[in-house]
Amino acid sequence: MGRYDFYGYRRENGRVGIRNHVVILPLDDLSNASCEAVANNIKGTMALPHPYGRLQFGEDLELHFRTLIGTGSSPNVAAVVVIGIEPAWTDRVVKGIAKTGKPVVGFSIEENGDISTIAAASRKAREFVQDASEKQRELCTMQDLFVSTKCGESDTTSGLASCPTVGNLIDKLDPMGATTCFGETSELTGAEVVCASRAASKDVSDKFMKVFNAYQEVIERHKTSDLSESQPTKGNIAGGLTTIEEKAFGNLQKIGRKTKYIDVLQPAEAPAKGAGLYYMDTSSAAAECITLQAAAGFVVHLFPTGQGNVIGNPIEPVIKLTANPRTARTMVEHIDLDVSGILRREMTLDQAGDKLIDIMIRTCNGRLTCAEAMGHREFVFTKLYQSA
Amino acid sequence: MPTQFIVHDKIDTVGVVVVEDVQPGKDLTGWIMQTDETITLKALDAVPLGHKIALRDLKTGDTVLKYGHDVGRIVADAGKGHHVHVHNMKTKRW
Repeated sequence: MGRYDFYGYRRENGRVGIRNHVVILPLDDLSNASCEAVANNIKGTMALPHPYGRLQFGEDLELHFRTLIGTGSSPNVAAVVVIGIEPAWTDRVVKGIAKTGKPVVGFSIEENGDISTIAAASRKAREFVQDASEKQRELCTMQDLFVSTKCGESDTTSGLASCPTVGNLIDKLDPMGATTCFGETSELTGAEVVCASRAASKDVSDKFMKVFNAYQEVIERHKTSDLSESQPTKGNIAGGLTTIEEKAFGNLQKIGRKTKYIDVLQPAEAPAKGAGLYYMDTSSAAAECITLQAAAGFVVHLFPTGQGNVIGNPIEPVIKLTANPRTARTMVEHIDLDVSGILRREMTLDQAGDKLIDIMIRTCNGRLTCAEAMGHREFVFTKLYQSA
Repeated sequence: MPTQFIVHDKIDTVGVVVVEDVQPGKDLTGWIMQTDETITLKALDAVPLGHKIALRDLKTGDTVLKYGHDVGRIVADAGKGHHVHVHNMKTKRW
């Protein structure tokens, strides 16, 4: 076993996961109660309640389906039970997930009621979880690994050390054939020209600027101020960040010094151009961004924080690192890696990057992250506009 | 040598305090990451951990440089050694 190898779960479609969840997935808000009841009946399964799925339309509905189907299709998920209020949209989600070849089945509540639906779905969930429990890990390489990153409750220590630590990891893993992803469109404001220059080609750069400008139009249309206290957040400001431009340059440190991104993805869109770094058009809100990245098939997440964001995700383990010595001291149960030694000049960036690779590989091998141990399962959909 | 503030880039006009006890009158040692140089500065305000300190006299209208890039503008004069934050600096966007 090499320094960069790990033991993962190889799925029917060849993709590799690092967790083996059996998910009870609601199509819509109305089906949350049944899903939670099934997950309560059948130990080792996990319900993913969320507030949407009714009367959405157009691009917003497409994103809803892409997020649900992507979540069920994640290599971190062994099998899925889908429950919806009616059969047609439920079946659309089932068919989408079935393309991966994994076990998936759907149930609808209309004409059955919750109790019969819960009984039937529980019987299937019992089969799925027992079958999944026999799945063995096998030796995998960096070419099998999909890694996403996003930072949160950033402060100036994020730009000085924790974001550059992720960048160091990406610069090291990119030549090994890992697939990686960053996003946070609004949070590149001020650094957009530098970000555009990091695209692998003019086409990709133009695609990035188109997405960036579209987001700026949304902000211009809805803003009532300069967004101070929203972007940067009140927490960012408490941590010493003053402007969005300052925050953006800190954020951009996460893609390292040399890696170029090879494509721009829509929210929750799976990468299709092979190994490399991808940019995804996402909100900068942590739970929304990670939910989209997890739905695109990324299986492990690197999350630098300054002031101490406590985020987790139900299916994609979130590894948190901080360079803020006070956060490392006061929020120890949330921090997987302390890189504050960089600020004291006790640790180089290169050493910090290696430590992050180590904790990431241990996590891929099965070690629970702080967020998993603490039960953080933030599953938050991105909604593009009002429902019909 | 203990480092009390860090500067990203040689041309930056602000540094970041990385310790919790910077009080007015304290002599600080700083590290410029880009060039690995050591510099010194006297703090004239209490500056919390993670907050910025002016490396030179900044006047209203000046552009603030950090990471070697434009990160905003000065809206109230901030002399060398003073705290730079929302009370004297603003975004140029939005």
